[in-house]
Amino acid sequence: MSDVNDTEVQETPVVVKTTLSITVDGRAHEAEPGQLLIDACEDAGSYVPRFCYHPRMEPVGMCRQCLVEVEGPRGPMMVVSCMTPVAEGQVARTETPSVKRAQEGVLELLLANHPLDCPVCDKGGECPLQDQAFSHGPGESRFVEEKRHYEKPIPISDLVFLDRERCILCDRCTRFADEVAGDPLISFTQRGNNTQVNTFPDEPFASYFSGNTVQICPVGALTAKPYRFKARPWDLEQRESTCTTCSVGCRTVIQSSRDELLRYQGSDSDAVNWGWLCDKGRFNFENVNSEDRLEQPLMRDGSNLVPSTWSQASAAVAEALKTGTTAILGGARGTNEDAFAWARLADALGIQMRDPQLSDGLPTEVFGLPSASIEEAANATTIIVIAPDLKEELPVLYLRLRDAAEKRRSRILEFTAVSTGLTKYSWKSVPTEPGLQASTVRNTLGEATVREQLGKGNVVVVVGRASLAESADHTVAALSAVLAEVPGAKVLPVVRRGNVRGAVAAGLGSNTNATEILTAAAAGKLDTLVLLGADPIADFPDTDLARRAISAVRNVISLDTFLTESTARASVVLPASAYGEKEGTTTNLEGRVTSVAQKVTARGTSRADWMVAVDIARRLNVDLGFDSVESIQRAMIATTVFAPMADGGANTREGVLIDQPAMSLPTVSATAGTHSSYDLRLVVSRRMYDQGASTAHSPSLVGLAQRNVLRVNSADLARIGVASGTSVRATSSKASVSVTVEADDSVGRGVAHLTFNAPGINAGDLIDVNASVNDIKVETL
Amino acid sequence: MSDNTTANYSLGGQVPTGPKILTSRWESADGHTYDGYVRTGGYTALRKALTTMSPAQVHDEVKASEMQGRGGAGFPAGTKWGFLPADVHPRYLVINGDESEPGTYKDRLLMEKDPHQLIEGIIIACYAFGAAQAFLYVRGEMALAQERLAQALNDAYANNLVGKRICGTDFSVDITLTWGAGAYIVGEETALIESLEGERGMPRLKPPFFPASKGLYMQPTIVNNVETLSNLPYIVNQGGTSFKDLGGATSSGMRIFAVSGHVNKPGVFEVPNGITTFRMLFEAPEYCGGVRSDRKVKAFIPGGASAMWFFDEHLDLPLDKPTVDQAGSMLGSGAIVVMDETTDMVKACWRVVRFFARESCGKCTPCREGTTWLERILHRILTGNGRREDLDLLFEVSESISPGLAWPPRQTTICPLGPSAVSPIASAVNRFRHEFEHYIEHGRAIAGVEYVPMHAGSSHGAHAHV
Repeated sequence: MSDVNDTEVQETPVVVKTTLSITVDGRAHEAEPGQLLIDACEDAGSYVPRFCYHPRMEPVGMCRQCLVEVEGPRGPMMVVSCMTPVAEGQVARTETPSVKRAQEGVLELLLANHPLDCPVCDKGGECPLQDQAFSHGPGESRFVEEKRHYEKPIPISDLVFLDRERCILCDRCTRFADEVAGDPLISFTQRGNNTQVNTFPDEPFASYFSGNTVQICPVGALTAKPYRFKARPWDLEQRESTCTTCSVGCRTVIQSSRDELLRYQGSDSDAVNWGWLCDKGRFNFENVNSEDRLEQPLMRDGSNLVPSTWSQASAAVAEALKTGTTAILGGARGTNEDAFAWARLADALGIQMRDPQLSDGLPTEVFGLPSASIEEAANATTIIVIAPDLKEELPVLYLRLRDAAEKRRSRILEFTAVSTGLTKYSWKSVPTEPGLQASTVRNTLGEATVREQLGKGNVVVVVGRASLAESADHTVAALSAVLAEVPGAKVLPVVRRGNVRGAVAAGLGSNTNATEILTAAAAGKLDTLVLLGADPIADFPDTDLARRAISAVRNVISLDTFLTESTARASVVLPASAYGEKEGTTTNLEGRVTSVAQKVTARGTSRADWMVAVDIARRLNVDLGFDSVESIQRAMIATTVFAPMADGGANTREGVLIDQPAMSLPTVSATAGTHSSYDLRLVVSRRMYDQGASTAHSPSLVGLAQRNVLRVNSADLARIGVASGTSVRATSSKASVSVTVEADDSVGRGVAHLTFNAPGINAGDLIDVNASVNDIKVETL
Repeated sequence: MSDNTTANYSLGGQVPTGPKILTSRWESADGHTYDGYVRTGGYTALRKALTTMSPAQVHDEVKASEMQGRGGAGFPAGTKWGFLPADVHPRYLVINGDESEPGTYKDRLLMEKDPHQLIEGIIIACYAFGAAQAFLYVRGEMALAQERLAQALNDAYANNLVGKRICGTDFSVDITLTWGAGAYIVGEETALIESLEGERGMPRLKPPFFPASKGLYMQPTIVNNVETLSNLPYIVNQGGTSFKDLGGATSSGMRIFAVSGHVNKPGVFEVPNGITTFRMLFEAPEYCGGVRSDRKVKAFIPGGASAMWFFDEHLDLPLDKPTVDQAGSMLGSGAIVVMDETTDMVKACWRVVRFFARESCGKCTPCREGTTWLERILHRILTGNGRREDLDLLFEVSESISPGLAWPPRQTTICPLGPSAVSPIASAVNRFRHEFEHYIEHGRAIAGVEYVPMHAGSSHGAHAHV
């Protein structure tokens, strides 16, 4: 065997090649330049045990489990393969007696203080320490002393528990928190044999990404509250799927036992999420299991909604859709197939007014601009961000862009009225006043240093509606200003709900937007309003308009998973099956179509949206031409936009990009007068945890939504003469509310910030959706 | 070899002598002050270097001196400076004043008694390899050294010997003082750099983090020991060759050794490097003046707690790096601990291992878990709970930290701290196995050793369970 190695070392490559020739355990292997030996060995078929190494984080070489021998000038040398780059001619051996001895030695040492509580440990059965103790361990421990003892487990956040006795100090969670999430809230404390992971006093590990540490923990030291003691790994069944909580579309593995969703894990998609999930996306499976789910159709009987049957309810819906003027709102929370079926039904019935967004997004023309993928955005020389706080709304996109800035691949140029999660990673964060974005963008892009930066390489614009209290025109105008200055820039549109792009591509968008639909409804011009997983009263920026509209429409038909304020006023409520209960595909903000998997039986009698459309079509003698997910997908593939799905690419982890027809931005007149010096300009944005259904019905998350406060720059507060923490009266053109005000210098001068759909005062009460901008007056009570 | 080296000398006044380079001001009451330093020739080397020599000339003198670094590894200082990549700036000088190994206290005295000499050396070094910023990292517990260095640095700044445009030339250097926070591991150069950056003192992996290429703030960095730099004024004034000639063929200059343990006069002694023998150092009246009560030497640690132990057959070896290396140990940082024939070797072994177990930083598994396990086995033996198989187990666990138990040690760890804990075990168990076996069989030491109470507990018992 060693003779073979020796001859191969002598070989000199005669052709220029892009790979490096190495030998692993006597086998020749071509490795990628820059690759680490641990990965090259695995590619070559020799798995090297490891605990601290994680391919998405900087190697630290701490656990010493991945020791291998590399032929050196003075004979074989023991190296840690996770920190050794491959080199031409390298000869590595992973199974020599001395390597085995070293690996067994490290494992025995790791197990010395590790409690043998595997039978009651959630990790048991999927535990790298357990697995590698079997595959690479000495088989028996000679440690007769008393093991280390700590209180177990201790909560380090609302979601995560830490058992320091089980911890093997691999630095994965702490590295993740620092390197990947940018929330260095957990760290090593003490030293030597007393080293432990812990939080800082009075500072919990309140990271939006804390669940990832549980997933990457190589032992059962970190456990997540929603899954603790719920199942054994060997009882779990799993399918790969895509998270539709937001529009990033992270790949997930959804796991269930006994027909109940129990856990989501991140799946590593190069194009999208790199294996990470945000905590909301990871833990909101609880809402699918909620007791509050709608289980059977409800029909109005006087002032009450009473349980009914599908045949009665569907008949009533079909009857309502037969005549009069109908509009459809929503559809962005379902699958592409759901949206496609409803769009075809609407086509057949001549329903013109449709909008999957609730006037909190951008005009659909944005999707027809030269579009950037997440990968392109995270590798752009300059990333211009004119968008809501990505950390709050599209958390994993935030991770990707943060990584781009931290690794010095990209510079972020941000325009925002209120500091965002990306502000501290930005090359330049330009404060903008709502309504004046376009001129601020024009001025900034005219600066010499900015021009120079933009000239250095490709530019991607991440664009979305930063504030619900202003017209979309301002964002469109700002985007136009960028594209005028940087014509080659590509656009990554930030959309709010999981499948806005899919719903639009499927045909659920129209020339009439949600504001116009609800205005028509409020004016009594609408007979029937179909809400496809939409709750305008909670989700539409202008709560007053939404309430008036819902009240004025004779027939409100709601398909939803929960009873909401909007569905409560419906004449027919149809229970919809939820994420994990239906099969299909979804389209993320890039236009990437990936699969969504059914893992558990749909709750009660709930049905997928597409089934409802097919059923109603049948009752109205309309032939949609499909009656299953597969036949809907065949029909989708026949359209230009979904044609790329033809090769089955949507079923791969990376999915396939839709073929969006090119469009150009509408011309907008974005004018917003300067506000009076007594007024503050209102900015309303979303936070990760709010009163939305997926948080509100997930017991582990519901407490994380923070009460609404009015955040104002301390200088403005001083000018008004109000102390931070006191109650004030905030008056807009629509309403006057009493709210606690808080000084916060991350809010720009002249701006007041409220959170949308947060517990406490409802920001939507203050918003006039037809106003260009909304100003508020703040007075002491 | 030892016979040849020592043949020209006999004890009783006949020991090799040389000029006091490093310790010349130690007896003087004001040697640590600016006035005292200048009065005795201080800062003349700095003026000479800055005004009459090019940086390359200074570097050449240091190369010619063949001075081995005095921090422990003994790597030639001039060669080390040469590892800096050309034209990469900024580059830094970091001075390792985190002397914390048991029995090592020479740098502390250099900083307390002659702080200006160190400062002068620092600036000369910075001039030689083009650093504009130096960081002097002093062990946290050394209060007097910190006080005197701070005063000295203020005086040096006030006299334009540090800072902008030193001595009217266009050469400028700033020196930043940093106090450690009480971790032995920070004496390891990459851990020291981490600590300087405000991180936990944990070593970095070499490769890729060799300080000369990726050091402090990922910039090229030279880490030099206090004694190494304190030699520079002499080298500049007298020339590298004259420095070299003070020592033996393979060890140049004068060198200071800190001797502790069972000798009559423990202390720090400056001796010609490479020609003085251990026996001379222990027995000569001008040095330690013999072993206490005229007892025999049972064992001695020749170069710090991490070194393999020497025994009476090594007494005539010269204090010469290559000779000691070849004999299976090291001179390290020049800390010599003498143990006489009444020493309980099991207890001595445990005390040294306990030090390393307590000082392990916890970063890598073999050291974090292994050193503590070794300490607890030894503690068990000492408290009468030893088992026959424990001696093999000590070697087995040691093997997991330092494969082959070879010298110089191989390591499964990131830095040499882990293997350091193996040295006392390999030394004591191999040589005095019967003492360990006696403990295991009878629960107590062999007859004839001095009883020292174990007032401090095992590293396990010493920390509270949380």
